[in-house]
Parts: sequence; structure tokens; C-alpha cells
Amino acid sequence: MANVSIHDFHGGLILDDHKALSTQHPIAPVYLPKTLVVPLQQHIGQIADPCVKVGDHVLKGQLIAKASEYVSANIHAPSSGTITAIDEQPIAHPSGLNALCISITCDGNDKWTNLPDSILDWESTEPQLIRDRLRQSGIVGLGGAVFPTAVKTNTQNKPVNTLILNASECEPYITCDDMLMRTDPEKIVTGAKILQHIVGAKKILIGIEENKPQAIEALNHAINNTDIEIIVVPNKYPSGGEKQLIHLLTGIEVPSQGLPLDVGILCQNVGTCVAVAEAVLEGKPFIDRIVTLTGDALAKPQNVRALIGTSIHELIEHHSGFAKACQRTLMGGPMMGFSLPDIDRPIAKGSNCVLSLHEVEPTQEPQPCIRCGECVKVCPALLLPQQLYWYAKSHNFDQAQDHHLFDCIECGCCAHVCPSKIPLVQYYRFAKTEIWASEREKQQSDLARRRHEFRDARLARLEAERKARLRKKKEVLENKPKAKGDDPKKAAIEAAMKRVAAKKAAQAAEEKSS
Amino acid sequence: MSSMISSPHQHDSNSVQSIMATVLLALLPGIAALVWLLGNGVLINLGIAIVSALLSEWVFLRFRGRNPVTAVTDLSAVLTAVLLALALPPLMPAWQVALGTIFAIVVGKQLFGGIGNNPFNPAMLGYALLLISFPASMSQWIQPQSAASNLDFSQAWQLAVDGVLPAAMAWDSMTGATPLSEVREGLLQHSMLSELHPDGSWSNLTSSGWAWVSLAYLAGGAFLILKGIMSWRIPLSLLASVTIVSGLLWLIDSNQFASPLFHLFSGAVMLGAFFIATDPVSASTTPKGQLIFGALIGFFIVIIRTWGGYPDAVAFSVLLLNMAAPTIDYYTQPRVFGGER
Ligand code: SF4
Ligand code: SF4
Repeated sequence: MANVSIHDFHGGLILDDHKALSTQHPIAPVYLPKTLVVPLQQHIGQIADPCVKVGDHVLKGQLIAKASEYVSANIHAPSSGTITAIDEQPIAHPSGLNALCISITCDGNDKWTNLPDSILDWESTEPQLIRDRLRQSGIVGLGGAVFPTAVKTNTQNKPVNTLILNASECEPYITCDDMLMRTDPEKIVTGAKILQHIVGAKKILIGIEENKPQAIEALNHAINNTDIEIIVVPNKYPSGGEKQLIHLLTGIEVPSQGLPLDVGILCQNVGTCVAVAEAVLEGKPFIDRIVTLTGDALAKPQNVRALIGTSIHELIEHHSGFAKACQRTLMGGPMMGFSLPDIDRPIAKGSNCVLSLHEVEPTQEPQPCIRCGECVKVCPALLLPQQLYWYAKSHNFDQAQDHHLFDCIECGCCAHVCPSKIPLVQYYRFAKTEIWASEREKQQSDLARRRHEFRDARLARLEAERKARLRKKKEVLENKPKAKGDDPKKAAIEAAMKRVAAKKAAQAAEEKSS
Repeated sequence: MSSMISSPHQHDSNSVQSIMATVLLALLPGIAALVWLLGNGVLINLGIAIVSALLSEWVFLRFRGRNPVTAVTDLSAVLTAVLLALALPPLMPAWQVALGTIFAIVVGKQLFGGIGNNPFNPAMLGYALLLISFPASMSQWIQPQSAASNLDFSQAWQLAVDGVLPAAMAWDSMTGATPLSEVREGLLQHSMLSELHPDGSWSNLTSSGWAWVSLAYLAGGAFLILKGIMSWRIPLSLLASVTIVSGLLWLIDSNQFASPLFHLFSGAVMLGAFFIATDPVSASTTPKGQLIFGALIGFFIVIIRTWGGYPDAVAFSVLLLNMAAPTIDYYTQPRVFGGER
């Protein structure tokens, strides 16, 4: 463990971590349910395209939906069985809306398909080929954003100085990374080395909160004889926020609205490292993950390895069971998670924690903002949350953007301390969504306008070309009788010049429109 | 939007009410000192103001068809009433106290949309109204440890409410100016400090007892800062600026300008610095803005006290800066994380 200085960030909260609740048992092995409902949109980007039909029999690990665009991710069958439906199903998403899913009735054999070959010599393999493997295997970032890893690691020749492994896991209750580090530290290190190779990072830092001594110890063992550094950071939410962790470890501030890559840093979650290692070394696609099942409503809170598509309900019944009536189920932690209307929804690649609460805070009527500034004190992004709230509430989105709405990481610190109990984050999300929507609208109308103008220009060009052709024909016809006397070359040049002029006019029209 | 359950799903247990209650608690030493100094009239002012504030808020919200329970129980009206009452001379006619309070609550707060929307400090608006409307009552401070400050409760009540003076007591002999106004008046008439009595010295303030009241407010304010209820920025910048501005004048001519110590511990400076200028709703909210806000209030306090026409300057300085607060905030936005340094 290196003795380095920690660069504290402004604000944040010291929270009860409730982590011991779910770290009493080792990670439970996979439970194989009768049916799996696999959402096609589990990542940021475009929804995957199904490549199987209802009635098809699929094997475990077989591709069932393909990445449809560059920013998208492949999806594989988590177990063998028959495709019974490809339709909209309730999923675990903040919107609460249904989304396209592939339902598989498992045959119980859990029979693997032929997996791609291991890339054991990854150290001497072209990064592009390894990225292809990650893409093929449907690997996505497990730190929260669920961004396709193959895309994130495509640094487009921007130099990466430091690869940071985010092992902070600062949200209360969640322990899936903690347990993973205790259980599989070697795989994490291997995955990290592979990622380092892909992006050409000079060094690797692991940032971890001090409330995970066992994980720190396990990692310490695993990094022996490597140049990886573990940096222990104090417990302070949101130390696991990408920009906050980068600041803690390096003192560097990622530019407002910029990416870590702009300062030569790439962050990856430890869970992602394991998925990367398994995809490269074993050819294993992303079909399962570790999920924390926790909360005071559960009889046996613990971490479990769960197949993507397993119903949350079944998962809890099988592994944990209810001890008390569950008043609220959250997907994720109490600070940034969202509440589920019911639990008959599938686990997805990004599902890190199911928090089943018996005791919940009574919902309180928000009171007016008294401008006490508590929110300013805790905002890690150094914003003025009360002003943002004011602008979001009054639909003054320009001012909200001027006050850096898009630097808000939705950590919830402000709402947590607000004495008036204003659901501040909700207002920020609302404002962001509105701004995105209006931008999209503008883009679309721009696009429509451009298409229209483009069409006009194209028609004009065609018309000009047609006329030029006619003219030329005419000239040729007219010139024919006295062809010998006149200079055919000159006529041809003239005609060509006219064509060029017409083309130029058309081009000019096109340029104007774009 | 309130009905939807949104992250975060856990919150601190603080509330508007608990904050207000803590501030009221922090005012207790000051209240106690003032009662010790000036007697039961202080309590009567407080009582009248609190009752008028709560009643007027209740009636106003009822009238507008709103549910008044949350607003009335959040204790913000009580705090406004207490701050106003503490700034008023004890034993002044009760109806004037009530009028000032009602104005503070209805015009200063509710007409702007209730708590959180008032651009001005409501208590200071009420104070300004009273000062302009009843300059005589507002400058008649009873003398510390005089017959007036020793009135028992029912005598004091009769005097404040019915205007009936106990037999064999002359109003004029019991009241007068505070040390602050006497020194002010004297200096404005170009007397030298050394010729004045009181002469604005520290012993003046301690012997008359006023300094102890200020110290009690200071203690309450320090408690709030230590508890994290309030930031140090406004009080400290205000006090620092009072010290510096009055100190400079004093250095220029210590016989014509009162000492910084006198400015700090007379009148409502301590009350203003810790409890009035810090009203979050009407104050500046950005860290840098708060420093500017406090410093300018301090500046104006000394300037108005030295050359202005009113006995104390806290109310007008605060109101002046309340007007400037949105602008100050706009130009002092903190640097966003990852923004230009
Ligand atoms: S914490 Fe709440 S009440 Fe206080 S300033 Fe922020 S939004 Fe307003
Ligand atoms: S949710 Fe946004 S505004 Fe609130 S504390 Fe977090 S970053 Fe700041």
C-alpha cells in the first residue's frame, strides 16, 4: 500500500454504510430459474437487435441479440433453453416502463455453446483484437453507467497515463464489489492488466474506501510483484464518483463537462475487470454478475451470483427470503438507486444491488427552500443546488445550464441534507431530460430542414445537369452541319464550363443548406 | 413532483423547524441578558410579537385558502417575531409592537409568497416601518436598572398595553437614549468624545450593562457556528468590517469617532451579525458572496451610525444589502468542479 496523500474533494457525506449486513456469507452460487427474461437494452447506447426467433433452442452463452450500432452491446443466453417470447416486459428501469426482452424457458441442462478461444497470450495480442473480444462478449462497465467497455477502452489515440480501478463502492448497503475483491482478487488484477494493455496505460491505481479491510488485504496479496498501487481513501460518499475518485487519488480535476480521458485517465470498475478477464481468458460472455441482496426486510442478506434475466422476486425467495414485510425495493443503493414498483422484474447487467426495506422514512411534504445553503456545503461538484432547483422549478433551463446543471452527478447529497426535504435530484433530472428533449427536437428539425434543403439542392442540380445536357445536345446538333468550320473543341469546352458552373451552383446551394 | 419517490431514499433528520428551534435556543442567553438589563418589558414585547406573528400568519394563510399548519409550526414566524421584539424598546406601546410584527409577517413575508421567498429580512422591514412611523417610541429606551426596568409584570403589562403608568412615576425620567444614540448625537453635534457622558468607552458599556447583552448574543452566535447551523462567513465579515471601518476612523481622530469596541458592543451589531444578517433567505448564499454581503453591512452600519439620521443602522444596512444579495450571488458563483480556476 503506497503512502500517498489523498486529495480530498469538497462536500460529500459520511453515511452509515450498512455494509456488514450483506457480508456475513460468501457469494452464493448461481441459481438456475425456470425462465429468464433478458432485456435487450441493458447498457447505454442503442438497443441490441435480437438474432433468434421464438421457438429457437439456444445454448448457454449463445448470442441472442447483437449490438446494433457502435455504442451498443451484445447479449447472450444466460442458460440453455427455448426462446418463448420476444416482447415487451416490465424491467428494472427508473422509468418503470416496459421494454423489449427475450424470454427463455430454461431446459435445466445449462449446456454451454462453443465459446471463442481463450486469448492466453493477450500481452502480445493487438489491443484491437482484445477490444473485439470484449465487444463480442457483451462486456459493459459495472460501475453504474453500464457503458460498453469496448467503446470506453477505444481511446482513439488519446494517451492514457493512468488506469484507475474504482473499488470505492461508496454507496451504503452495496457490497458486491467488496465481496468480489475478497473472493477473486487475482482475476481483478488480471483484468486490470488486460485493460492496461488495451489502452496503453503507464500505471494502475486502485482506489478503495477504508471500510473494506478484507478486500484491501486480499488485493494487496494479489498485486504482489506488480506495479499496481492500492490507495485507500476515507469513507466519504461519493468517493466512488468517477471525478471524485480521480481527484482523491491524483489531485487532478477532470474538466467540467469533460472526460477523464481528457486528463489521461481511464476509470474501470473492479467488477468490469473480472468480466474482462473472463472474456479474454475463458471466452466467457457476460451472462451473470454478482448482486447484493440486502435490506432489513430480508432474512438472509447476502451477495449472490445471478444469471442475467433472473426475476428479482425468485432470486430473493431462493437465496434470502423475507423476514419482514418489504415496504420498498430499491435497485441500487439508497442514495442513487431507484425504487421498483414491483419485484417481478429481471436482473440486468447493471443490477448491482437489490435493497429490500422494511423500515422506510415517512415521505414528507417538501417545504419551500429557505436558502440555508446546506446543499452548497455538501455538493461535490461545487454547484449551487438551491439555485439549480430554483431554475429547474421555474423552467428557466438556460440559467440552469449557466449554473452548470450538467456537472451535477445526481449523487443526492444535497437532497439528503435539505431541511425542507425538497426532492432536488428529481428536479435536476427533470431539467436535464427537458433540455435533452428540446435539443433532440431541435436536432431533428434541423435534420428535417437540412434534408429538405438537400433535396431541393439535389433537384436543382439534376435540373441544371439535364439542361446542360440538352444544351450540349442542341449545340452539337446545331454545330453539326458546319462542324468543320467551327471549333468543336471550343464548343466542348463551353459545354464543360457550363456544366461546371451548374455543378458549382448546386454545390453552393447545398453548402448553404448544411 | 412531490409524490414520486426519488433518490436519495434516506435523509438527514433535520428540518426547517429544527433549525429555527436551534436558532431560538441560541437567542436565549441574549434574551436573558436583556431581561436582566431592562426587565419585564422585554418579555412583554416578545409575547406580543410572537402572538401577533402566529395569528397574522395563520389568518393570512387561511384567507388565501392554504393550510397554515406547516407554516405556523415551522417556527420561522416565531423567530421573526423574536428578532423584531429584541430590537424594540421595552414598554413601547403594545399595539405598535403588534403592528410592526404583523407588517413583518404579512407584508415582509407572506405577500412575497411565504417562507423562502422574501427578499428582505421580515423582522427588519417591521423595524423600519416602526422607526419611520413612531420615531418617538422607538428612541425611548428605558434606563437599565431604573424604576422602569424593575416594574413587576402586571405593572409592565399595564404600561405597555394600556399606557397606564404606576403612580408616582414619570415616564420621561425613566427613559432616555441608549449609550449608542447619546454618543452618536453628541458626535453629530461636533462635541468631542471626552466631553460626552457617556463617552463611548468600554467601561461605559460594561457599567451600563449593554456590553453583556452583546456578549450574550455573541455566545449564542458562536454556538450556532460551532453546531454547523450557520456559516461563520457573514457574522465574521460583518464584525471584521465594523472593526476595520470604525477603527480607521478612530485612528484618524479618536476624539471624534467612537472606538471599534464601542461600535461592536453597542446597539444591535452583535444581534445583527449573528441573527439578522444571517437570515439565509434574504442573505447572499455563495461563499464569496457572503463575505461581501457581511462586509458591506458592517461598512454601512458604521457609516450610517456616524453620519446618518437614525439611532441604529443595522436594520437599514441589512435591508440595503438584501436588495443587493441576488446581484452579489450572481457575480460570485463558485467555481464548478473541473471549471476554470
Ligand atoms: S438545503 Fe434545501 S432549503 Fe437549504 S438551500 Fe438547499 S435546497 Fe434550499
Ligand atoms: S445531486 Fe447534483 S447538485 Fe446535488 S449534491 Fe450531487 S452533484 Fe451537487
